[in-house]
Amino acid sequence: MGDSSDEEFQNSESWVFYRNRDDWKDVEPVEQEDGGEYPVVSISYTPKFKDVYDYLRGVMKIGEKSQRALDLTADAIALNAANYTVWQYRRDILKELKSDLAKELKYIEKVIQRHCKNYQVWHHRRVIVEWLQDSSKELKFTQGILVFDAKNYHAWQHRQWAIKTFGLYEGELEYVDSLLRDDIRNNSAWNQRYFVINNTIGFVDDVVSKEVEYVLEKIETVPLNESAWNYLKGLLLHDKGGLSNNVKVTTFCEDLYMSGNRSPFLLALIVDMCDERISNKAEDDKYNLKRASELCHELATTVDPIRCRYWEYMSTTISKKAGCESGEDAEGGDGPEEAAAAGASHDV
Amino acid sequence: MMANMRPFRDLVANQYDEENNKTHSSKEQIDVEKSVLNMYESAHMKITLNRNLPRLATNAHMDFIRDGLTQLPHSYSCLDASRTWLCYWSLHSMSLLTDISKTWPLNKEESMIVQFLSKCQHPSGGFGGGPGQYPHLATTYAAVNALCIIGTQEAYDIINRKTLKEFLYSVRAPNGAFRMHLDGEIDVRGVYCALSIATLTGIYSEKLFDGTAEWVVSCQTYEGGFSGCPGLEAHGGYTFCAIAVLTILKRPKLCDLHSLLRWLVNKQMKLEGGFQGRTNKLVDGCYSFWLACSVLLAGVALGEKKMLFNQTALQEYIMVCCQYNSGGLLDKPGKRPDLYHTCYTLSGLSLTQTNSDYIGIPFYLGFINPLYNISYEKVEIMKTYFKDTKDETL
Repeated sequence: MGDSSDEEFQNSESWVFYRNRDDWKDVEPVEQEDGGEYPVVSISYTPKFKDVYDYLRGVMKIGEKSQRALDLTADAIALNAANYTVWQYRRDILKELKSDLAKELKYIEKVIQRHCKNYQVWHHRRVIVEWLQDSSKELKFTQGILVFDAKNYHAWQHRQWAIKTFGLYEGELEYVDSLLRDDIRNNSAWNQRYFVINNTIGFVDDVVSKEVEYVLEKIETVPLNESAWNYLKGLLLHDKGGLSNNVKVTTFCEDLYMSGNRSPFLLALIVDMCDERISNKAEDDKYNLKRASELCHELATTVDPIRCRYWEYMSTTISKKAGCESGEDAEGGDGPEEAAAAGASHDV
Repeated sequence: MMANMRPFRDLVANQYDEENNKTHSSKEQIDVEKSVLNMYESAHMKITLNRNLPRLATNAHMDFIRDGLTQLPHSYSCLDASRTWLCYWSLHSMSLLTDISKTWPLNKEESMIVQFLSKCQHPSGGFGGGPGQYPHLATTYAAVNALCIIGTQEAYDIINRKTLKEFLYSVRAPNGAFRMHLDGEIDVRGVYCALSIATLTGIYSEKLFDGTAEWVVSCQTYEGGFSGCPGLEAHGGYTFCAIAVLTILKRPKLCDLHSLLRWLVNKQMKLEGGFQGRTNKLVDGCYSFWLACSVLLAGVALGEKKMLFNQTALQEYIMVCCQYNSGGLLDKPGKRPDLYHTCYTLSGLSLTQTNSDYIGIPFYLGFINPLYNISYEKVEIMKTYFKDTKDETL
C-alpha cells in the first residue's frame, strides 16, 4: 500500500528510538487506547511507528509546542503523511514558535514530492503560502509535479487556487497549450484552458469563435478524443445561438460525418443539435426527429453499443419531446425515497 | 435470467484506436487494455469448459475482509488516520456478501467494533480516524455508516448527537460548503459527509445546509460531471457526492441532469466494461460504485426506471478483472487487493444486479440504499430510531 514503510527502513541503522533518547526522558509516552479486548482493524505497527506515535501522543497530551516537538511531527509525518491530526498540531507549533515559514515551504515541497496524492500535504502547503502571502514558487512547483503526473488532481487544485488568489493568469494559456501539444488527450489541461478563459477575458463572442477554431483543429487530428469534444460543447454553452447554430461547427460536423467518420462523440453532438432544435420547435430538414432517431439507432447498434441503453433512452426522450406540447421533461422524480428504492430491487 | 458475456472477438474489436497520434494517455490506455484482454481471454477459455463461470469467490473474499477487520499488516500504516473507514469498508463488504440471516459478525465482535469506534469519538464532537485523533468529516461519515450497519442500540447510543451537531456547525463555511476538519480543506466530499451524517442521525436542519445545494451546483463543470471545488476537472468520486447531496436535498433539477448523464455514461469503458473516473483516464474498480451509482441517481431524477449503464459489461469487469486469486478485490489487473476496492467493487456489483441479468453463477448481493451505500433496511432502522429518540439536549 503506502510508501511509509520504504521510508522507515531507509535510516533504520542510525535511528534511535525516542524511548532511548536522553533528551526525551522528561516526556511520558502515551499508548494508543484501542478499546476492547479483541483487536479491531488493528494495524501491525513497526516498533519505530509505535515509538514515534507514543511520544507524539505524549507531547500532545501536555500541549508541548517546542522545536523538538516540531521535529517529532516530521518523524510522525514521514511514517504516515495522511495523518491530518499531526499536520494540524504541526501548524499549531509553527504558529507558537513563529517558525521560519520559508524553511517550512521547502520542507513541504520535499514531502509532497514523496506523497503527491494526499490531501493533507497539499492543504499544508496552501496554508503556509497563505501565511507567507508569497505565491512566487507555486506555479513552478506545481509544474514540477505535473511533469511526472500531468493529471495530478491535487496539483491542479493547488495551482488553480494560487492562480485565482494571487492573480497569476499570465502565461497560463501558453503552458496549457504546451501540455496539449505533449498530450492532446490530457483532460486536466483542457479543463485548465476553460478555467483560465472563464476567469479572465470570459467567453465573449470572438473568444468563443477563436476557441472553436482551436478545438476543431484538434478534433480533426484525433476525432475519437472525448476531451476535445467536451471542450467544444463547453464553448457552445456560451454561444448565443446554442449548440446547433454555429455554422463553423455544423459545417465541420456535417463534413466529418460525410467523410465517413463515425466517432461516437460526433454522432452524439449531432443528436444534441437535433434535440435542441426540437426543444426550440425550430426543426429543419437537417436537425429533426427522424435524424435524431436514426443516429441514436446507429449509436446503440454499431458505433457505441456499450451505451445501447442510454442511446435508446435518448431516442425515446427526444421522441416524447417532439410529441409533447411543453417540450419540457414530463416527469422526473426528485425524492430521495425513489432513489433509495431504486437500489433495492432485484429481478429474481 | 442468465446473460451471456460479450463475445471475445467483440472485445478485441473494441481496442483503442490511437488515430496515429501516440501520447502518454493512449500508451497507458493500450497497456491496460492488453492486461484486461488477457484476463478476458483466459476467462472465455475457462467458460467453454465450465458454464458456471465466472463466479464470485465469496468465501475467499469473506476471509480477506474478516482478516482486515481484525489485524492488518504494517503496510496499512498509511491508513492509520482512516481506521473508521477500515471498519466501514469491511462491515459493508461483509453485509453485501452475507445473507442477513447468517451470524457473522457475531454480537460480541460487533460490540468490540462499537467500543473501538467510541474510542475514536472526540470530546468536541465527531469521530477521528483513530483513538485520540481530531474529528474529521470523512472519518465521522465512515464511523456513522459503520454504526448504522451494526445497527444495535449499543451502536446508536455511543453517538453523542449534541456534540456531533456542534462539530458539523464548526466546519460549515458561510456559503454552505463544509471543511473536512477545523481549518481543513473544503471540497464536495465535506458536504456529502455532513449531509449523510446529519440525515442518518436525525440532526439535519435547513439552517445547517443553507446554501449547500447552490454551492454544489457551482461545482458542475462544462463536461457535465462535478469537480471537488468550482473550476476543477469533473471527477467520478466528487460527482457521486454532488448528485447524492442534491438528491437528499430534493433538488437534483438544480443541476444540468442531461449533461451530467451524458458525462456519466461516457465514463464506462467500451472494452474493459468498468468505469474510468475522469475523461481519458484509466478504468478503476472503485468507480464501479461511484459512477454506476451516479448513473442510477441521475436516471431517477430524470424519471427513468431502467439503469442506463451497461450492467452486464460492468459485471464482467468486476468478476473477471477485479477478483484477486486469494481473496479481496482490486482496481485493475496487476494491482493488489485492498479493503477500499473490495468495498466499492462489491457495491458496484450490487448495482449491476438491480433489475438485471447476471453472468455466471447467480449470487445475489445485498440491496443497498444508493444515497448512503449501506443496506436498504439498516438506513431505515437508524433513521427511525433517531426520529423516535427525543434528545432534549439537541
